Amino acid sequence: MHVMVVTECTPDTEATVTVGPDGKLNWGDRLVVNPWDEYAITEAILIKAAHNGQATVIALGPEEHNEALKHGLAIGCDQAIRIWDSALISCDSLVYARAVAAAIKQLGNVDLVIFGREFPDIASDQHIFQTARKLGWNMLGYVSKIEALDFTAKTIRVRRLVEQGSQIVSSQLPAVISVLKGINEPKYPTFIGIRKAAKAEIPVWGPAQLGLEAAALTTKTKVMGYRELPRREGTVQIIEGATAQEKAARLVDTLLEEKVL
Amino acid sequence: MSANVFVWVEQHNGTPLSVAWEALGLARQLADGGTVTAFVFGQGVDAIAKAAFEYGADSVIKADDATLASYRFEPYVALLTGLVKDYQPAVVLAGTTTSGRELLAGAAADLDAGLLTDVTDLSLEGGRLKAVRPVLGGKVLSVESVIGDGPQFATLRARAFTALEPDASRGGTVMEAVPFLAEDEIATRIEGTEVTSGKVGLTDASVIVSGGRGVGGPDGFQPIRELAEVLGAAVGASRPTVDAGWISYDHQVGQTGKVVTPDLYIAAGISGAIQHQAGMRTAKVIVAINKDPQAPIFKLAHFGIVGDLFEVVPALTEVFRQKLSR
Repeated sequence: MHVMVVTECTPDTEATVTVGPDGKLNWGDRLVVNPWDEYAITEAILIKAAHNGQATVIALGPEEHNEALKHGLAIGCDQAIRIWDSALISCDSLVYARAVAAAIKQLGNVDLVIFGREFPDIASDQHIFQTARKLGWNMLGYVSKIEALDFTAKTIRVRRLVEQGSQIVSSQLPAVISVLKGINEPKYPTFIGIRKAAKAEIPVWGPAQLGLEAAALTTKTKVMGYRELPRREGTVQIIEGATAQEKAARLVDTLLEEKVL
Repeated sequence: MSANVFVWVEQHNGTPLSVAWEALGLARQLADGGTVTAFVFGQGVDAIAKAAFEYGADSVIKADDATLASYRFEPYVALLTGLVKDYQPAVVLAGTTTSGRELLAGAAADLDAGLLTDVTDLSLEGGRLKAVRPVLGGKVLSVESVIGDGPQFATLRARAFTALEPDASRGGTVMEAVPFLAEDEIATRIEGTEVTSGKVGLTDASVIVSGGRGVGGPDGFQPIRELAEVLGAAVGASRPTVDAGWISYDHQVGQTGKVVTPDLYIAAGISGAIQHQAGMRTAKVIVAINKDPQAPIFKLAHFGIVGDLFEVVPALTEVFRQKLSR
């Protein structure tokens, strides 16, 4: 049994982000492991332990993503792989999906691929569903709980959380899933785990190794630039009053006058 | 330059989502003389096909089959991919919902086509889609474009675009499509569904009342719920209240929860951490209720009340109840 988890590093979610005069983003340069991936990595380790299998953690990107891979190793993944090459610098979700799918196929025996819900830096999860499609595997997105997993019968049953409520869905392995916050209590690395991960050599796989030709590296979307959010006009209007009732009445009148409701 | 535009009219158990009508409204602008085609997948969806004309579709492609009764990734993606190959639309739109994200990403992968997810502004320039998307937890906007040839896909943030007024006199041709996969070719089965009934969904809500750490415990959400009920609003929550187990995760607004764009967002007992702001800063009007006049939420809010939420929120409920019943 082989479970694979896909991760990345992302700008610190508490950082203030601004757009510089050069059009580039400033966010303080502090990277963290994608918070969604903490659930994905933990889930992979729990599955590995329950089914006595192996777990691989993978990321696509430059060296700074090693932090997320080492986090995976420190918690208990058996191996880490980083996909990278200068040809991937302006990689979009399609190129990402082709490359990650190629790496998964190259490993050969992967039964289940786990993603965190989204990449917050690009605010998208499209690469997840596209990876499933490039693999030709079943896709179960937005999983809040794995109800059953049988690697012998090759079946999986999960709870999905969607806008209308929750669903119990069964499917066949191999499959790709994306997991939500709350699926588990994220594990944190031990001192020994961190030391072991620090020493690990992380191989880098490039397009040649993955069998990706020039056409597979063709992107279909491009970031043209960044803009700051429109500033709010004016400042907050504090509603005054002697009592809570008075303040409430004035606020309601103001909201009705401004036709907010 | 005119363009033919496809719009997915997402429906669940016969109820269409309003973001689909918003997408049809935008499609009319993008088409600029081209044809707007709504596609509806499901079982017993004639009424939705009819409504799609009223909201601006010129034609409707209807796939009515038991295998499509509820959304599933594999049969829906395979069918959309086939339809795009057959009809060659320039643009394919859907709402940014869990299903919309999956469906368009899947078909775009099959077709090696460009996809822009969760856009808040969208135009066609020289035949290529150009979008504005909030990224990095909604702290900054990214301007992105589709490049190269072929069909182009985008999912639209709910409430970021305006639907047309329905026009009952509009009609058009309905084309029938057949499923691409038979039931025995689909591995995924829906074994059970628990519908969160009677509650207003956060992403579609025009008014949201949210509680934060200031509510103090699970029972502290009771006044929040009562105000929400009077307003026909959805109930939101900040991350610390969800992490503490006071309310379920599906109420969480913010970077690791839902991103919402209501007309009115009432934040009670929420300090306004940057992760929470990421989920609600695009609300049209923000009202903050907090004991601490220095709380960061007051920097973002349009209107503020400094006070104890346990006094202010019930008072608001009472005033709204009187004023709105007239």
